[in-house]
Amino acid sequence: MRVTVRLFARLRDITGASELGRDVAPDATIRSVWRQLVAEFPDLRDYERSISSAVNADYARMDQKVSDGDEVAFLPPVSGG
Amino acid sequence: MTPLLAIGPAPLALEPIVAAVTESRGDGRGTDGAVAVFLGTVRNHNVGRSVSYLVYEAFEPLALRSFERISTEVTAKWPGVNLAVHHRTGRLEIGEASVVIAAASAHRADAFSACRYTIERVKQIAPIWKREFFEGGDVWIEGATADPDDEVARAKAERAACA
Repeated sequence: MRVTVRLFARLRDITGASELGRDVAPDATIRSVWRQLVAEFPDLRDYERSISSAVNADYARMDQKVSDGDEVAFLPPVSGG
Repeated sequence: MTPLLAIGPAPLALEPIVAAVTESRGDGRGTDGAVAVFLGTVRNHNVGRSVSYLVYEAFEPLALRSFERISTEVTAKWPGVNLAVHHRTGRLEIGEASVVIAAASAHRADAFSACRYTIERVKQIAPIWKREFFEGGDVWIEGATADPDDEVARAKAERAACA
């Protein structure tokens, strides 16, 4: 199945893209999508412990399963205000 | 009609936001005795750096949902408060407002508390990032790991608000 990955701020700078389409395993979780990205872009590894994630624009835990067509977002630590 | 919760590139104007927060009361219109307002503005210095300007980026649909969540938290804690949160994105010059929060209430204590709580929560959980451009370079500012279910962070915001 296929998901759309959204990346923001420095994560986008590291990957060079704000949006990436990726094929993932049928039992993929947010974490496995992240690990797949880290394998592709090793500099992302620094963010392993500090990212948040969202599925279809709603905060979600890293162990949540993803579905075909989902938009999976990875968020570095926030700094609004 | 100005919405209560918004995020986008347009410059922030205070008066329409204050009007929105007091006039969206329905039958309760006229019941407010206080509106506390917070403006976050772009500072010309940060940790010893001379700041030229900031660029804000947001995951807008999730930012709006975060504002909705904060508004629900505020209403649970201070039932009479009506809240507005507007955050700006894009390039902001020194002195410009990046965020406006307005909290309307019958009495000032709840309005001040709700306003303070809201800015703390925006900084904790809204998916918004600032990129600082300073003399000699630029850097993404990274603050809190956003976790809306983190009760320790929420309690910290509450303590800041009630101190």
